[in-house]
Amino acid sequence: MATDAVALERPAGAGWSRAGGGVARGVATGYLSLVVLLPLAALVWSARSGGLAELWHQATSPESMAALKLTLGLAAVCAAVNAVAGTATAWVLVRDRFPGKGLVDAVIDLPFALPTIVAGLTLLALYGPGSPFGVDVAFTRFGILLALLFVTLPFVVRAVQPVLLELDEEMEEAASSLGARPFGVFRRIVFPNLLPAVLSGVALAFARAVGEFGAVVLISGNIPFKTEVSSVYIFGQLQSGNGSGAAAVSVLLLAIALGVLLAIGGFRRWRTRYDRV
Amino acid sequence: MSRYVLRFGVLGYLALVLLVPVGFVFYRAFEHGFAHAWHAVTTPEALHALWLTLLIAAIAVPVNTIVGVILALALVRVRFPGRGLVNAVVDLPLAISPVIVGLGLVLLYGRGGWLGGLADHGLKVLFALPGMVLATMFVSMPFVVREVVPVLREIGIEQEQAAETLGAAPFQVFRRITFPAIRGAVAYGVVLTTARAIGEFGAVSAVSGNVEGKTQTLPLYVKAQFDGFDTSGAYAASVVLAVIAIAVVLSLRVLQPKEH
Repeated sequence: MATDAVALERPAGAGWSRAGGGVARGVATGYLSLVVLLPLAALVWSARSGGLAELWHQATSPESMAALKLTLGLAAVCAAVNAVAGTATAWVLVRDRFPGKGLVDAVIDLPFALPTIVAGLTLLALYGPGSPFGVDVAFTRFGILLALLFVTLPFVVRAVQPVLLELDEEMEEAASSLGARPFGVFRRIVFPNLLPAVLSGVALAFARAVGEFGAVVLISGNIPFKTEVSSVYIFGQLQSGNGSGAAAVSVLLLAIALGVLLAIGGFRRWRTRYDRV
Repeated sequence: MSRYVLRFGVLGYLALVLLVPVGFVFYRAFEHGFAHAWHAVTTPEALHALWLTLLIAAIAVPVNTIVGVILALALVRVRFPGRGLVNAVVDLPLAISPVIVGLGLVLLYGRGGWLGGLADHGLKVLFALPGMVLATMFVSMPFVVREVVPVLREIGIEQEQAAETLGAAPFQVFRRITFPAIRGAVAYGVVLTTARAIGEFGAVSAVSGNVEGKTQTLPLYVKAQFDGFDTSGAYAASVVLAVIAIAVVLSLRVLQPKEH
């Protein structure tokens, strides 16, 4: 998974990479510039084309601000739920034993694989009007949260699982033989070891929740000032021909995404702090 | 005791958020019988949407695989100024909203955009296949790179150097030494890339124009049928996508390295 990238640096350069190094470098930077950076640069350019005052005006319009507050609030709640549920899930998958565990482990990846619009459609059918459970959370903030929880479910689990697998159980045994109670062992031994991985997963889940569109667009109902999240607001602005307004809000989201990526880089360095000399 | 509370708490959460919803797609699609669902996914519009989805994936996935391996090699084996920046850019698509990706493409290739002139020279990017492919390539770019990079770091360069001292040509070293070592990671990355490419909604939806039978992919078709109150069409198409998703999850299991 993305969060597992090892931060260990190895010396570079077998012979072929010296020979092909220039080519590889050229292809890498060229492709990234053309496919990733150019559209984003065009977006930032378009956002500031009317001047910074106009950008600020567009980005902080009441409807846009309401959407942004809702988005950040829901993403924060979603990240917090994932921190607990994801860590618990990883724990059960690594330390517990029960029939069907392999299957449960496999389905964790489903939200990565299932198209988001399908997730949104089925959540609406299940927890919306005509729900077989008699719960109707369609067009509410809780409905949006449910969709966000679905799509972000794997991040914390898949970040914590490998760390938990590697964790030496002898430390925990030592602690309990010295009289620590189970919760004390978790708090003083396990949790500090897992924390960087949990935070990396939480950060990815937060970024995903801030930007999610497909899973949310059906269940949220997109009522301005109530259930309209930023990505849907941006899409609406684009559809109604206000490209620069959409770009202005996007620049804010882009800044948030960059902040999250920086944080993840920090957590990664923290996690591998003992691996480096 | 607390072990059971935790176990059933976790299983209950997974059931409510994940399993029941996915199962419910199948129930809804087949509640009027298999023939009904089959009829709904074999309309010309649905078949075209499926074909277009597969076509886009067939372009975006190989490109991202080849470039992804090259990128991973550049990041791990080559030292160059700006490598840290490249490393950060690779992660960008994981963190930014697909809607922003679509918007960026619209502003770049649309009227008045830097490359808006391409349309006047007969290369229509927006509301056409090239734009949808570009959007898909953007969002599905990181997966092969991110799977291959840790493996390349892990295997080190001793074997590559040994092969080289024994007289192997650069490409021979890659083919005989490096590639066999990263093959599993590449395959894993390809599966993730394919899943993302087939399922992408937000970015593609912003650039496609969503013309039925022309620029509508299967996820867009699901949304359009739902908006048009053809819910059985929406569920039937969803099942096709869900089956692909389940196949993806199963192949990830098979491809997963032993030590996981």
